[in-house]
Amino acid sequence: MTSLTNADQQARAMEDVLANDIDTRRSRRPASKTPRKRKASAFSDRKVDHAYYWMAVPAAVIFAVFLYVPFIQGVLYSFTNSQGYGDYDWIGFKNYMALFHDGRVGHAYLFTFLIAIAITVLINVIALFLSVALNGKIAWKNGFRAIYFIPYTLAVLVIGYVFKYIFMQPLPALGKALGIGWLSESLLTSERHAWIPIVFLAVWQGVAYSVLIYLAGLQTVDTQVYEAAAIDGVNAWQKFWKITFPLIGPFFTINLVLTMKNALGTFDQVVALTDGGPNSKTETVTYLIWKGGLTGGEYAYQTANAVLFFIVLAIIAFIQLKFFSSKEKV
Amino acid sequence: MTTATTTIASASSTRPSADAAHMKFRKDRRINWWLTAVVAVFSLTILVPLYFTVVTALKTPAEAGSFSLPSSWQWGNFAAASAKVDYPRAALNSAIITVLAVSLTLVTNTFVAYAIARNMDKRFFRFLYYFFIAAMFVPFPVVMLPLAKQMGSWHLDNQAGLIILYVILGLGTNLFIATGFIRSIPVSLEEAARIDGAGTWRIFWKIIFPLMGPINATIAIMTALWAWNDFLLPLIILTDQSNQTIPLAQYVFSSQFATNYPQAFASYLMAMAPVLVVYVFAQKWVVGGVMRGAVK
Repeated sequence: MTSLTNADQQARAMEDVLANDIDTRRSRRPASKTPRKRKASAFSDRKVDHAYYWMAVPAAVIFAVFLYVPFIQGVLYSFTNSQGYGDYDWIGFKNYMALFHDGRVGHAYLFTFLIAIAITVLINVIALFLSVALNGKIAWKNGFRAIYFIPYTLAVLVIGYVFKYIFMQPLPALGKALGIGWLSESLLTSERHAWIPIVFLAVWQGVAYSVLIYLAGLQTVDTQVYEAAAIDGVNAWQKFWKITFPLIGPFFTINLVLTMKNALGTFDQVVALTDGGPNSKTETVTYLIWKGGLTGGEYAYQTANAVLFFIVLAIIAFIQLKFFSSKEKV
Repeated sequence: MTTATTTIASASSTRPSADAAHMKFRKDRRINWWLTAVVAVFSLTILVPLYFTVVTALKTPAEAGSFSLPSSWQWGNFAAASAKVDYPRAALNSAIITVLAVSLTLVTNTFVAYAIARNMDKRFFRFLYYFFIAAMFVPFPVVMLPLAKQMGSWHLDNQAGLIILYVILGLGTNLFIATGFIRSIPVSLEEAARIDGAGTWRIFWKIIFPLMGPINATIAIMTALWAWNDFLLPLIILTDQSNQTIPLAQYVFSSQFATNYPQAFASYLMAMAPVLVVYVFAQKWVVGGVMRGAVK
């Protein structure tokens, strides 16, 4: 019983600590506007059953221990010269300085961004096309939907090994037979072309989920809109760009953000296909953090890289948010 | 009976134009075979690699590399591959991890979502909501290195640790999916039970949890696919070879096959088979479940 009240008190204490500026507009119960003596709260004063705290607070503590604590530890380690074991010293911003002069790190960032853009664009173009087709008047609709969703159910690494072999043997053989120069050698061993299989695998696997989101979006569109358009004699191209696409706009936004986020974390594809090669040309940031941090003795250096990556991704997320919220106002 | 038919007849006769328009759409509903053909051709990009995996797994090393059917079916490849990657053990590990991760996620994440969904008007619970959701936006590579180290120092570099991580790391997404659904359940149901003397926990297990059926299915499917197919977490967390999951075993033993590609493909096929078999039978259910999560 004592511990129960303790939890309640802790909860209340935290409640008081929190700032008042949290957005309350969406709150279920409208707040009373009457100003109070000690603090003006926009939240309700309803008494909350203790059981609710027992449901949520332990989870929050465990969550913090496994996610936020490592995050903070990571930030602290990034200012040391730790190798992941043994003694270490504080070295200030030296890791960060070194990161900016490290060509391998710079290339990993550039490579990650370029393939992320390629993957995001390709997935969304293909998924838009496929979802409209799958939502159209085609035969054996459910069967095709089931087929197009298969890649989502497969482990990227395993199907990646299958594609590795396809890119190594049958495809160059095909290239030779057709007399296409750049295809006659394995794309995976070419410094210039090794990104193609990685993007291909990410797109091959990622389209499924995006198609599903778009299909969900297309089902929200009222068919009467199309009937009206058909009477006005609208062609298929206009129908898509003038009616369908604007109506599923929010789903396009969700898809862009999700596919971009996944693409920026590309890892399994690299491990399966190229192992970062040839000549470290296909290392993504995630791959580099793992490789250098856990197997290359650069523990602290790569945690600094991870912190830098976090800052970069936060900036990208912020830009996306600004961009899409300003667009939605129009 | 006669009156009904006459009303329908008169109703349709009074709106001839609407009827004509309707007829037009009937016509429009004909199957578009061109589009069907395009969709079918595109689906080959998915089916051909799968076909290639199956036929290659059944060939001799000399035959591998072509898309033709094997001249003699090498069923022995599966036994050989299974022995090389210790498939039964890996499959058992994957099964244990997936089943426990899914059950624990369902049992725990749902009541966290319930507590938060029902108290969003309180500042503390609103804070918790953002506290959990914010973690969704922290990319995993950022916490990867310290997390791996910490799990090792707590002796959680095994299946148990992995299960805990799936339950915790999934919380943000599951909360996001479930809170909206819970808030659509009328509070009056709970109030009636409360008057009858039921406590919050009892109300949750007896009333809310059963009502969450569809969203629980979504959470279960997404967690199962994630835990079963995941590679990065097992790679950094599991240190003992006997704990390997299927994808990790494929990675660790990938050099075992050298140039014996049919055996390697037999191994890949065995790695993909469990999900594919489940998917073939529960395809509608899986697609529907994931779609519900996508729309939220």
